[in-house]
Amino acid sequence: MAPPPRRLLLALFGFLTAAVLATLVAAVYEDQVGLADWHQKYIGKVKQAVYHSQKSGRRRVVVLTEENVIASLDLRSGDIFWRHVIEKNDPIDQLSLSLGKYVVTLSSGGSILRAWNLPDGQMIWETNIQTSTASKSLLHVLSSNKVAKDNLVLVSTGRSIYAVSSIDGVISWRKDFTLDDLEIKQVIQSPENDIVSVVGVAGSSKLALYQLNAKSGEIVKDAQESLPGGLCGETVLGSHDVLIALDQTRSAIFVIEFKGLSLSYNKVRVSNFVQDLSGTVKLLPLMSNGIIALQSSCTVYLLKLKGMDGLEVIHSFDRPAAVSDALAITEKDEAFAVVQHVGSQIEFIVKVTSDLSNEVIREKVDIDQHRGSVQKVFLNNYVRTDKSHGFRALIVMEDHSILLVQQGAVVWSREDGLASIVDVMASELPVEKEGVSVANVEHNLFEWLKGHMLKLKGTLMLASADELAAIQSLRLRSSEKNKMTRDHNGFRKLLIILTKAGKVMALHTGDGRIIWSNFLPFLRASKSGEISSALRIYQWQVPHHRVMRENPSILVVGRSGGDSVSPGVLSILDSYSGEELNSQRFDHSVAQIIPLILKDSSEQRLHLIVDSNSLAHLYPRSPDALKSFIHERSNLYFYSVDIQENAIRGYSLQKSCDLNLEDEYCFSTKELWSIVFPSDAERIAISETRKLNEVVHTQAKISADQDVMYKYVSKNLVFVATVSPKAAGEIGSAAPEEASLVAYLIDAVTGRILHRVTHHGAQGPVHAVVSENWVVYHYFNLRAHRFEIAVIEIYDQSRADNKDVMKLILGKHNLSAPITSYSRPDVTVKSQSYFFTHSVKAMAVTQTAKGITSKQLLIGTIGDQVLALDKRFLDPRRSLNPTQQEKEEGIIPLTDSLPIIPQSYVTHSLQVEALRGIVAIPAKLESTTLVFTYGVDLFYTRLAPSRTYDSLTDEFSYALLLITIAALVAALVVTWVWSEKKELRDKWR
Amino acid sequence: MEKGKGLARRWAVELHDASSSSSSFPDPPGFTRSAPEADDAATARQRKDSEVAWKGQKAWEVAQAPFKNLMMMGFMMWMAGSTVHLFSIGIVFSALFQPFNALRSVGKVFEPFKDPRVDTLAPKLLFIALNLAAMGLGVWKLNTLGLLPTNASDWVSSLSPAREVEYSGGGIPLI
Repeated sequence: MAPPPRRLLLALFGFLTAAVLATLVAAVYEDQVGLADWHQKYIGKVKQAVYHSQKSGRRRVVVLTEENVIASLDLRSGDIFWRHVIEKNDPIDQLSLSLGKYVVTLSSGGSILRAWNLPDGQMIWETNIQTSTASKSLLHVLSSNKVAKDNLVLVSTGRSIYAVSSIDGVISWRKDFTLDDLEIKQVIQSPENDIVSVVGVAGSSKLALYQLNAKSGEIVKDAQESLPGGLCGETVLGSHDVLIALDQTRSAIFVIEFKGLSLSYNKVRVSNFVQDLSGTVKLLPLMSNGIIALQSSCTVYLLKLKGMDGLEVIHSFDRPAAVSDALAITEKDEAFAVVQHVGSQIEFIVKVTSDLSNEVIREKVDIDQHRGSVQKVFLNNYVRTDKSHGFRALIVMEDHSILLVQQGAVVWSREDGLASIVDVMASELPVEKEGVSVANVEHNLFEWLKGHMLKLKGTLMLASADELAAIQSLRLRSSEKNKMTRDHNGFRKLLIILTKAGKVMALHTGDGRIIWSNFLPFLRASKSGEISSALRIYQWQVPHHRVMRENPSILVVGRSGGDSVSPGVLSILDSYSGEELNSQRFDHSVAQIIPLILKDSSEQRLHLIVDSNSLAHLYPRSPDALKSFIHERSNLYFYSVDIQENAIRGYSLQKSCDLNLEDEYCFSTKELWSIVFPSDAERIAISETRKLNEVVHTQAKISADQDVMYKYVSKNLVFVATVSPKAAGEIGSAAPEEASLVAYLIDAVTGRILHRVTHHGAQGPVHAVVSENWVVYHYFNLRAHRFEIAVIEIYDQSRADNKDVMKLILGKHNLSAPITSYSRPDVTVKSQSYFFTHSVKAMAVTQTAKGITSKQLLIGTIGDQVLALDKRFLDPRRSLNPTQQEKEEGIIPLTDSLPIIPQSYVTHSLQVEALRGIVAIPAKLESTTLVFTYGVDLFYTRLAPSRTYDSLTDEFSYALLLITIAALVAALVVTWVWSEKKELRDKWR
Repeated sequence: MEKGKGLARRWAVELHDASSSSSSFPDPPGFTRSAPEADDAATARQRKDSEVAWKGQKAWEVAQAPFKNLMMMGFMMWMAGSTVHLFSIGIVFSALFQPFNALRSVGKVFEPFKDPRVDTLAPKLLFIALNLAAMGLGVWKLNTLGLLPTNASDWVSSLSPAREVEYSGGGIPLI
């Protein structure tokens, strides 16, 4: 027989591959979007806001945030019109409007200038500016009173100044000043003529002033003056020819007049005109018209300039929360806003500079207690119908939320703290109380029937377009998924979120609404200006048997200071209501938090907090917890990955503290082992371990030929990757010869290196995920110029001879005997690597309740999307030509790169801007896992890696089933009657 | 004396003694009256013997019936292939249940052939043996389908991972 033509074989092979791939795809249909997933857009903490000019008629505000987002918000509702999330390595420093139609941004330390179209946010042009020094750059948009065609944008960095046309971004002129060490501090435009004044400081005490022609950049005048006592760098324009500067000690003010070519100055001590001044002062870049604002630690003074001789305090605000910039409302007049806290309310005061003794507005506004104090205020005015001026203000709160205040009320607010999430965990909802009937849930039977009839119509394709829309809306706002109780499948949960600001929020997984929020008092900035930081959240208590009546609680750990040695703080919250149950201030720092598997009698989980002196402290501090801890102490260890010292160290816990013998909850530690990497060849890039709550169903892996391999499943397995120091920088900074990546698998109890593999010509960034007995890591291959994903699977060889069936049947095996790390491990490792198209921002793996369902890797791609990749693609047993048995087992033929199937994007068409983390939470239903992705945006969805094999889908038409059953029963009855009649007739015949 | 008596009666009908009247006729040649009567018991015995033989034969036939079944099952199994699907599962289960049911009703099957003189033990044993063979075939098929827990993998696949004695937590210190 002639061999079959190769083309046919190829076609067949292609078909088979396609069929295999087709089974791996689990995409959603268009009408399923939004059923189980939600997406929320945020912008982050606003650091600068610019309003549209009133003439444009659009009520919008353009904001720049700390998350590096520029966005245009609707002033009526707070909705986002457009938004750009810029990469973190290109930080935007300044934002301004030009010509009333462009948004101009200056980023990357003054080297990139961009203009965006104001109405739709499209980028108009981008100009690169050469910056030599890392000095602070300034952006100044010249406002022309004349109807000029072109507006110049001035960018000053170091001792150069650039003028860029705001229409096309062309640099029209450039001026480098010759004075050494000059740093331009201020650019002032005189309103009358085309002269631009540039104020710079050279060295520490020399002040230089240049006047330039705005059109050509030529120096019209220049003057320099050395000031005694030096300058701290803060300058502000007092009036159009008077400059105010602070001296180096921040206790005296220079009043500098520049008339003609000469500079004349006068030094005034602040204490001369401000009584009982404490501490230092700073200038607020606020006023003009001869009024300057000076801020000391708790008071803001408004000073009036009286010629050259001195200043006079004309008004002071005690403990204001925030003061806005001045806003020109008429030709001569400027307004500014001051916000103060009065009890639980805030007081919003607007004053005009021409008449400081009177207040235009003094309004009290009620504000949610869980927002903290006011951080910033941005004032805007509008003209009422009676030609008077009305004011509104954008207020940035301490929890990063923003509010729009107008006419004494909060018009809208945005919870933008959610753009900077620090940690996420899931918590259960309360159990449904008895007595809640189906009728309560479904409103009434008629509605329920109507809904199902509609669905049935849809299934039978009888529904009209209107009805289809009704079906879709019914599905989207299904009351079932938003209920505040636990459901049978475990889909409804609370996502407890800790934000950078220190606010704890609980989101409902049904629709992402905020159930409760608590801005923890200990994480708020204290009066002394101490910055607290939120670190982590953990499950503190999950009530089961004995304490069933109590609510579950969560543990929030923070730090009451900026550095790593500042003392830690702890707070315990009720996870149903968010109320603080307990809070505690440690007398030690927090370096590591180790949740233990142990629990005390009230089901509180034991946590070990290790401080910077390597002393371990046990929480909760109860004798009961101590007892169970002491019992297990000899089996508890901890390890620390020290990136600075390039070493990993393992410690055991000693009986008590050396320093503090009275404190029985404190334990000293002893170094047991250390792995020190050679600093000239390797730098630690990443350390990764298994999730503590991961459930593994089985310890055996069975291949197609019924062979058993025993997985090396250990909670103490740590994956560490090191890169060569030369290749620690960006991709392309090192040659392939000098770059290498070493992957280690380390037992964290004994410090034994179980496996070590070197990838030559590879470099970071490394992303890794450890689960069950495997590690998957992502890196860049310099030789192939492509990203790679490698997989390592470890198997325990010491139990491999457990293959006698009789012994297994009779239970005479050692497979369920407890394992100790001190027994000699005998592991075999299988590994493989594949090319991967994307660079990766985050990596995670799906988690299910019992660990039976096959796993998917969740890869946060550079495009801010999440790709679900079956673990089957990352199987070291893949080969070019798998045998029939292997194919049956589901082994995919080996390919050099991993396929990216467009349908397997979990985020479908959406983007999670500035993606930072992916969290997988097991649902109660084994097939399903809940995926929460966060960055600037939030995205939540449900995922079934092997499809929902254990439940009917939402699409299932129960009505159709019922109707079918009813029809069958009816048919049964009718045919029975018929047959009876026929029988009777036959008998009479 | 007798005649005289007879003369005295005008007529008499003797209904009962036919033999005596028939015996007045001479027997046909080659017919011995005594022979069948003497053979009667022998005929009955003979008939019984043939029935016993027939029963024995039938019992053997019944006992051998599963063999045909066995062959057919074998063919069906060969047709079903070695992959697990509805058809092969159905065949395997019928191959297992048919002999099982037959073995359960082995007494009932041999009920008609019950006779103190018929030896049904041997056919019964054959019947049982053949059914056991059929069952064995079914089990073998079950095994080839991979549905019998004969491998080590079948006993460890749901074995949860062993408990670890030590625990070590930690990682990169929080900055």
